[in-house]
Amino acid sequence: MPEINPIVILFASIFTSNMVLANFLGMCSFIAVSKEIKTSIGLGQAVTFVLTGTTIINYFIYHYILIPFGLEYLRFIVFIITIAAFVQLVEMIIERYLPSLYYSLGIFLPLITVNCAILGVSLFMVIRDYSFIQSLSFGLGSGLGWALAILAMSGIRKKLERAPIPKGLQGPGITLIITGLMALAFIGFSGIVRIQ
Amino acid sequence: MYTILITVGVITGIATVLAVLLTFADSYIADYGIKKITINKEKEFEIDGGSTLLSSLTSQSIFIPSACGGKGSCGYCKCKINSGGGPVLATELSYLSKDDLQNNVRLSCQVKVKEDMSIEIPAELFNVKMFSATVEKSTNVTDKIKQLRFKITSNDPASLDFKAGQYIQLLAPPYPGSPEEVYRAYSIASATKDEGYIELLIGYVEGGIVTTYVHQHLSNDDKVTFTGPYGDFYLQDTDAEVILVAVGTGMAPIRSILYELLAQKSERKISFFFGARTKSDLFLLDEMEMFERELPNFKFIPTLSRPEENDDWTGEVGRVTHAIEKRLEESDSPKEAYLCGSAPMIDSTVKVLVAKGIPEEKVYFDKFD
Repeated sequence: MPEINPIVILFASIFTSNMVLANFLGMCSFIAVSKEIKTSIGLGQAVTFVLTGTTIINYFIYHYILIPFGLEYLRFIVFIITIAAFVQLVEMIIERYLPSLYYSLGIFLPLITVNCAILGVSLFMVIRDYSFIQSLSFGLGSGLGWALAILAMSGIRKKLERAPIPKGLQGPGITLIITGLMALAFIGFSGIVRIQ
Repeated sequence: MYTILITVGVITGIATVLAVLLTFADSYIADYGIKKITINKEKEFEIDGGSTLLSSLTSQSIFIPSACGGKGSCGYCKCKINSGGGPVLATELSYLSKDDLQNNVRLSCQVKVKEDMSIEIPAELFNVKMFSATVEKSTNVTDKIKQLRFKITSNDPASLDFKAGQYIQLLAPPYPGSPEEVYRAYSIASATKDEGYIELLIGYVEGGIVTTYVHQHLSNDDKVTFTGPYGDFYLQDTDAEVILVAVGTGMAPIRSILYELLAQKSERKISFFFGARTKSDLFLLDEMEMFERELPNFKFIPTLSRPEENDDWTGEVGRVTHAIEKRLEESDSPKEAYLCGSAPMIDSTVKVLVAKGIPEEKVYFDKFD
């Protein structure tokens, strides 16, 4: 278990090893939903919540079920199952109690299931051998980092609406280029802290 | 061996626990209590909230047409929701036109009943009933098209009261290779006077769920279920000259219309343009001869798009639009047209008919997907 302060992990996973900009995970919904600031805030919150929740659940399943039975190689399948079930649960809760958020997220809410960032965080947690507290702050931080990235992107795309972008690059094309530029900027943070 | 058992056991265990949790959550969180649905401001009923409007209506024996069985992939189950529908969902958007959005038209299979609702549906839909029937006879009229005759076995009502040209929705139960119930729309091919029976013409579509069921799993005396009648494509009560156009199984509603005209002993001028690929794709020719004998002003004009050399075909060649351009006489007498077939055929035929001077609102059609 690496001796890293959980608070360092929290901030590092928001800025220096941001899931989207440093690891390029969770790109599909990042590109698809970043058109509107309001929906990207909503999705950012949902992803943060799901990330934190699934990291906790997966931590316990991995350390108290998979390791004792010697089934570490099953982690891919098991993590995906728990993520899918958790997203279903979140969807039900949001549909019942936050209908307006439910409607604005639309189809992207169930699609959180296949957001690579979420499986990525659970797998990194295992690979980097984090303790429970470290995992918790890693999950929360990664979620906040993802939300920050999509919020920044939706702000930029709002500005881009009036920019003279060549037709072939409009939409996902220019978004990918900007993501690359943002990633370059975030490289400036790298090396400040190490979290693995 | 031990490892395999443990692996299976652990995965099953985790999946079961999660499934149980979700089931509990579903019954607690997604419980919306009893809600009231008001239809056309007159009918009212109360249902358990939380399920889709389409299935709630079906549970009250109100059958809104739906081909995909509520998966949101056909766009047929539109209905007007005046209050209680909530915002439009992303899954509906691709099926709703601008007019639909302005008029609160929604897909009833996607909207869930979460609060009291007030909806509007066409009054005809109250006449839609569910029937059970048995296969009385099935004939292969070409190598791809089956003609099926069903005897209605349900008692209330014992016969289907429909207008010539309307359609029913046939239910395919789950069968090997198709795990769910699926409804598909088929035009009624038989006469309205043929009480207690209906006939359908069903073409085989490779991979089609209901056509595969009909062509490969359905045999004589099998029970089927259908709902109907649906549709605003039917013979109008006028004296205008009638132009009928169909390709393939589009023959079905046209045949029903012809029987209707026969029953009226109609003296209207009728031309029926029927398109097929080769001579072996033509069918019911003896019936068409019968109509030509019995109806004083009826002409059947088959046209083959790809006649084969040994067909010895002397009739029209080319698409139906070509035959219409060539054979339809322009005159000042009022005309109306009934088209049934694929969307491209209908679109091009409408253009030709309008160019021939038939007002667009007098061109009625039933598009197959």
